[in-house]
Amino acid sequence: MTGSQRASWIVPSAAGIAALLAWEAVVRLRGIPPYVLPSPSLIAQTLWSNLDSLLVSWLYTVKITFGALLLALAGGVLLACAFALSRTLELALFPFAIALQVTPIVAIAPLILIYVDSTTASLLICAFIVAFFPVLSNTLIGLRSADPNLQDLLTLYGASRWQRLRWLLAPSALPYLIAGLKISGGLALIGAVVAEFAAGAAGRETGLASRILEASFRTEIPKMYAALTLVALTGVAIYLASNALSRALLGRWHPSGRN
Amino acid sequence: MPATIEFAQVDKRFDNGVEALRALSVAIAPGQFVSLLGPSGCGKSTVLRLIAGLEQPTAGQVRVDSRPAQASGAAMSYVFQEPTLMPWASVLDNVALPLRIQGMARRPARDQAAEALAAVGLADRAAAYPAELSGGMKMRASLARALITRPAVLLLDEPFAALDEITRHRLNDELLALWGEQASTAVFVTHSVFEAVYLSQRVLVMGGPPGRLFADLPVALGYPRAPPLRLQPQFTQVCRSVTEALQLAETGAGSVQP
Repeated sequence: MTGSQRASWIVPSAAGIAALLAWEAVVRLRGIPPYVLPSPSLIAQTLWSNLDSLLVSWLYTVKITFGALLLALAGGVLLACAFALSRTLELALFPFAIALQVTPIVAIAPLILIYVDSTTASLLICAFIVAFFPVLSNTLIGLRSADPNLQDLLTLYGASRWQRLRWLLAPSALPYLIAGLKISGGLALIGAVVAEFAAGAAGRETGLASRILEASFRTEIPKMYAALTLVALTGVAIYLASNALSRALLGRWHPSGRN
Repeated sequence: MPATIEFAQVDKRFDNGVEALRALSVAIAPGQFVSLLGPSGCGKSTVLRLIAGLEQPTAGQVRVDSRPAQASGAAMSYVFQEPTLMPWASVLDNVALPLRIQGMARRPARDQAAEALAAVGLADRAAAYPAELSGGMKMRASLARALITRPAVLLLDEPFAALDEITRHRLNDELLALWGEQASTAVFVTHSVFEAVYLSQRVLVMGGPPGRLFADLPVALGYPRAPPLRLQPQFTQVCRSVTEALQLAETGAGSVQP
């Protein structure tokens, strides 16, 4: 590991630890009661003592998040390919995609919860709606960004549509797709949590949003923070995973992968 | 087999109204090395694109081996001013691309690509990615890709314009050696009088826009050619007459026919 690589881990970690220590110190020195602002150590304790129930909820939220992300990836890429092949299809369907994207999910979620019987399915649909647009629009731009000279070269060599997709369009779109996926990863988690807030804490299978709501009804502030911590850590993990994926797929050839 | 290329009264007007070529008639014999020389915007690249079948003439006919260019079936290769390599693929896979599109399996295509790379002196960089190569190396890889199909027509659109002079001179010699082995009809677009004369048997001087043929000048120098030729009086004499024709073409003062 080079010096700058080491620094890229040490500096943010040190800043994070410093912030936690400052938080702890302020809470202790000023005697702030835990129902106003719990200290990090109390949050950690609460997290530990409620770990079993929180982990079950966490798994549920993760399931919704990744399910929605996979759907967004498949749907976004397929739709982008269809749009790239047919301008008419794009003109006809893109406005729907934009309308879904700009309408706040909290406004749509109650309707979906009414129409769809299964809560899990409606949460999946909500998170999917939030997550799929960046994949769609980025992949579409990527498919259109192929080098025109390479396009001509493939025409000259008589490449079929499939060969053009395989040899030129797909690899050209990949960096754009990955950039979209990085945005969608975070949005899928947000969609999963927000939709669950709209659904309310009900039913047997519930995620972290329900834990936060429950704790809020009982004014268990440390437990709210504990569930919130899990949500935040999950988001960070998704971000790191998408960065790792980006490096693995683009590392050697794309400018973004070079230092 | 090298192909014959014929332009018969070709006009080309683009959809945006730009008139690129007017009444262009020229015939290029099989195996000939011809340079197209002229100021920017005189339709030189359009000539190549018409031969390649990437554009269709507005009027007149472009024929390759006596058939319309777009349906000639002649194997053609195109070298652009930029190396135009796929950044996500190794140099070897870039060179193998035309064979892969023709349906050849990966292993034999790569074997042939390795031979083609050896012919341009890039055997040891086969596994590198384009971004890891110098400009001259990238252009060599681009040449190797163009030659791997043993094309009947080799179209070169200012391939060395972005390179430094030393590299350009070396690549001129390599291109001539490869062309000598391949028996392709070569059409080379350039802005450089010296490059046109050094490489070709015939220099077509164009003027415009709209692009028209101003002069058709033979280069009566034999092959093989070597760098000392650049200092020979017969070479500078041809360069002088080509330069004069080019100046006439630029000022648009009438046409010079042989």
